[in-house]
Order: sequence, then structure tokens, then C-alpha cells
Amino acid sequence: MYTREKVIEKLIFICAAVSVAAVALITIFIFAQGMPAIQRTGLLKFIFGTDWSPTNGSYGILPLIAGSMAVTIGALIIGIPTGLGCAVFLSEVLDKKQAGFFRSAIELLAGIPSVVYGFFGLAVIVPMIRAVANVFSPDAGATGLSVLAGAIILAIMILPTIVSISVNSIDAVPVTYREASYALGADRRETITKVVLPAARSGIFSSIVLGMGRAIGETMAVLLITGNVAVVPHGIFSPAATMTGTIAMEMSYATAEHQQALFAIGIVLFVIIVILNGAAQAVMKKFGGEAA
Amino acid sequence: MISNVKTTNDLAFKIRDLNLHYGDFHALKDIDIDIPRHKVTALIGPSGCGKSTFLRTLDRMQDTVEGAKVEGEILFDGEDIYSKECDVTDLRKKVGMVFQRPNPFPKTIYENLVYGPKVHGITDKKRLDEIVERTLKEVALWDETKDRLHTSALGMSGGQQQRLCIARCLAVEPEVILMDEPTSALDPVATAKIEGLLHDLSGKYTVVIVTHNMQQAGRVSDQTAFFLLGELLEVNSTEKIFSAPDNKKTEEYISGRFG
Repeated sequence: MYTREKVIEKLIFICAAVSVAAVALITIFIFAQGMPAIQRTGLLKFIFGTDWSPTNGSYGILPLIAGSMAVTIGALIIGIPTGLGCAVFLSEVLDKKQAGFFRSAIELLAGIPSVVYGFFGLAVIVPMIRAVANVFSPDAGATGLSVLAGAIILAIMILPTIVSISVNSIDAVPVTYREASYALGADRRETITKVVLPAARSGIFSSIVLGMGRAIGETMAVLLITGNVAVVPHGIFSPAATMTGTIAMEMSYATAEHQQALFAIGIVLFVIIVILNGAAQAVMKKFGGEAA
Repeated sequence: MISNVKTTNDLAFKIRDLNLHYGDFHALKDIDIDIPRHKVTALIGPSGCGKSTFLRTLDRMQDTVEGAKVEGEILFDGEDIYSKECDVTDLRKKVGMVFQRPNPFPKTIYENLVYGPKVHGITDKKRLDEIVERTLKEVALWDETKDRLHTSALGMSGGQQQRLCIARCLAVEPEVILMDEPTSALDPVATAKIEGLLHDLSGKYTVVIVTHNMQQAGRVSDQTAFFLLGELLEVNSTEKIFSAPDNKKTEEYISGRFG
């Protein structure tokens, strides 16, 4: 018995070690490949340079950072209110059976491959944006491939994350809080906005951070619908290129310096994600004690 | 049943033919009772007898339970609270409730107390400060908390939390306070403090308290009602209930022969 337990213990240790080793190796690999490019260009010039033209040997990724930020922030602006409204509707308005149906429909969204989202965006959203943009400024010749298209599709893609985690944390708010609020003469709206949502805030916040992580990292869908023009976007109808999209598109033909620069973009992405996770954990630690 | 009550003006609640069903279960049967104003009424009886259910019909908290159906008449200040015209939020402002387990919001002490007043439209900072000080003094919590009003209410002891909940209830200036076994989750010292508080509150507020504790009913109330299996078997002055009850079942319950 004793030896068998030892063997199993060793086996599952190896399983755990593999995942940690994978993270470590990927990190080392990205940094080893990408650092020379950053050193050659200079960190500040690399991050704040506005000209991304690898054929001319110019590697400034500010347009790519701005593109990623623009679609991500846009996705959050659309996705947070929609997701929260949806979560409140599911947990506070519908009965259990109806909510179950809605929830499985929303969770199904998470299972759709991202290339399908991209194709849907290309076939449906982009033409709609083209039509609208041409009403506003007929001379600009907008294609519809834009920051807005990326933001809309990403907003849909992060909905399952925001909704399901938020619903769980709203459902976990004790019924005694609601009773106390009703007993003081508050109505349902006041009870939800002033008691239930604040009590569920740490879960809601983590759902938003996870959604944001997904939006920044998403590659295929935004690649298809944002136009991939490496300029700092100047409006919601203008095209943009994201960091992930640029890596995916250019890696197949990039050589030498160019390839190293793409890995350097990977470093920047990696650092952004680490900062995001760290911030999320810090905020959750601060609020966590008081949350439901 | 109550001989010492003369006019309806002395009554906070007048209840006639109250019946409550949960689906097939007949939880309250033909309840007739008067709740005198500015007195403490205790509701006693074994678990499942309907006393908490009855209490929760008085501020219509029973509305939140699915499948509950109420028939009969509950007059509060002469108005039927189950009529369509009754504004439930207004009713609950006048009829406050303190629950079995202390349930402060996961907010600061200050925010717990101003929640009700803010809901009812008070925004003036100075008035809110006054309400906080007045209510905390009313529940004898001011000295312990005045230096940490802006810390979380969840950091207080259970007894302090329950007194905070009573203060929170007083902050909307109710006429009636309903209490559902408010000391059952507390230790004896905290219980004694709440009972002392009840004594101070009676005279100013109408209090209806559900309790499992016979001695507590005897100590704090003016009138006692005995419930058994959804029926109101006896309601009398507390003195009479505990010395010479009319109903034989009441006597058996009080002397501990069942329950």
C-alpha cells in the first residue's frame, strides 16, 4: 500500500511539474527570442515608436498596442453593461427553469470557435458598419473593417465569461441581505443596485478581468475584421492592427530581425497580462473579505 | 379577548379571520388578534406552529415566499395592508423587522444605518449624521462604535451586530418593530443587553416578538399569544398567561410538558 501511494504521489507531482515547466519554458523562449529586437531598437523606441514597417527595418509597436487597447476597451464598454444586465436578469428576474435555459444558451457562446466569430463579423457586422460609416462621412471610403467591428465581436465573445461568473456571485449573496433591505422599505431595484451588486462585487470584478484577458489575447476573430492597418486608430470607424493579429499574420514569412521583433511583441503582451492578473488579485484581496 | 383595550386608536394591528396557505399546507387558521399600540406582544409556541409565519404577514415579508396565499383582514392603523391600494414599501417603513440572525449589510456601520433613510429620500449629510448618532445611542452602541463608524459592520460581535440591526430598523422611524427570535443566535450576556433594550423601546414603539424562550416572553412582554399547529389558542396579558392561563394546552406548554 505504502509504495503504491508513493508511486501515485510521484506521478501526480510530475503532472503538476509539467504545467509549471511549460509556463517557464515558454517564458524563457519568448524572452530569449524577443530581447535582442528590443535591445537593438531600444525599449522606449520599440514601445512608443509609431512606425511599424518591418520591410524598412522600422519596429515601433505603439500602433499595435493602441489597436489592442482600443478593441479591448471598446469590448468592455459594450460587454460590461450587457453582461451585467444579463446576469441581473437571469438571477433576479427569471425563475430557475427559465434562467437555466438562458444560461445554457449563453454558455454555448463560449464553445463557438473564434474563427466563426470572425467570419460572422466579416459577413454581418462589417457591412453594417460600412453602411453606417458612409452615412456619417461618405468621402472617407470606410470599408467597415474597424475598431468598432472588433469591439462588437469581442464584446459577444466575453459575454459568457462575464455572465456566468457574475450570476454565480449574485446567486451567492445571502437571502438575509435582501430580506434586510426589503424590511427597510427598499424596492427591488434599490435592493439589487445598493445591496446585492455591491455584495457580489468581487466576483463581478473578477469576471470583468477574465473577460478583459480573453479580449486582449483573442487573435483570429479580430484579425479578420479590424483591417490590420498598423496605424494608431483615430476613431471607432478607423481600421486597426492588434498585437496578437500582427504576430499571427507575419510570423509565417518573417525572418531574422522581423521574427525577433514579433517575439518582442509577445513579451509586451506577456507583461500586460501579468500586470492585469496582478492588479486583479490585489483588488480582489482588498474587497474579498467583505464580499459574499 | 382583550378586555383592557377600549378604542381602535389604542391598536396598532387588528387581525380578523386570517388564513394562510402554502400550496396544500394550511399554515395559519382563522387567526383573530389585536396588537396594542406601544406595548410588547410576545408570540410563543413550539417550532412549526406558525408564529414566525404570522409575524411575517404583518409587514408582508411573506409576499416574497412563493406559493403563499393570504386571506382575511389585517388592519394596520385602520387600513387593510393586503388591499391593492396598500404601498408595501411605505408599510415596511412603518413596520420594521429584526431577524433571527444578525444580518448587517457587508458595508460600514455608518452605511448600514443610513441605508434606510437614504432609500426614503434623506440625503442631507448633517441629518444622516444625526440619525446615526441618535439610533446608536438608542441601542446603547454609540460609545463602542463612535470611533469606528466607517469600518465594516461585519467586524463587530454577534450581539453588537444584532443591536446595529435594531438601530438600522429604528433609523427609518418605524411605529412597529417585528422581531423574529432576535436573541436565539446570541450568548446570554448579549441576550440580556437586547432584553434591556426591548424594555427601553416599549412605550415608544409597538413591539411584536417571536421567542422560543418562555422566560424571555415573561420578562419582556405585556401581552402573550400562544400558537399551536397554526391556530392561536390563547392571547392574554403576560401575567395571566404565566400564572393562570385559560387554555389547558397553554399551561402544559408553559410548564414544559411538551414543545
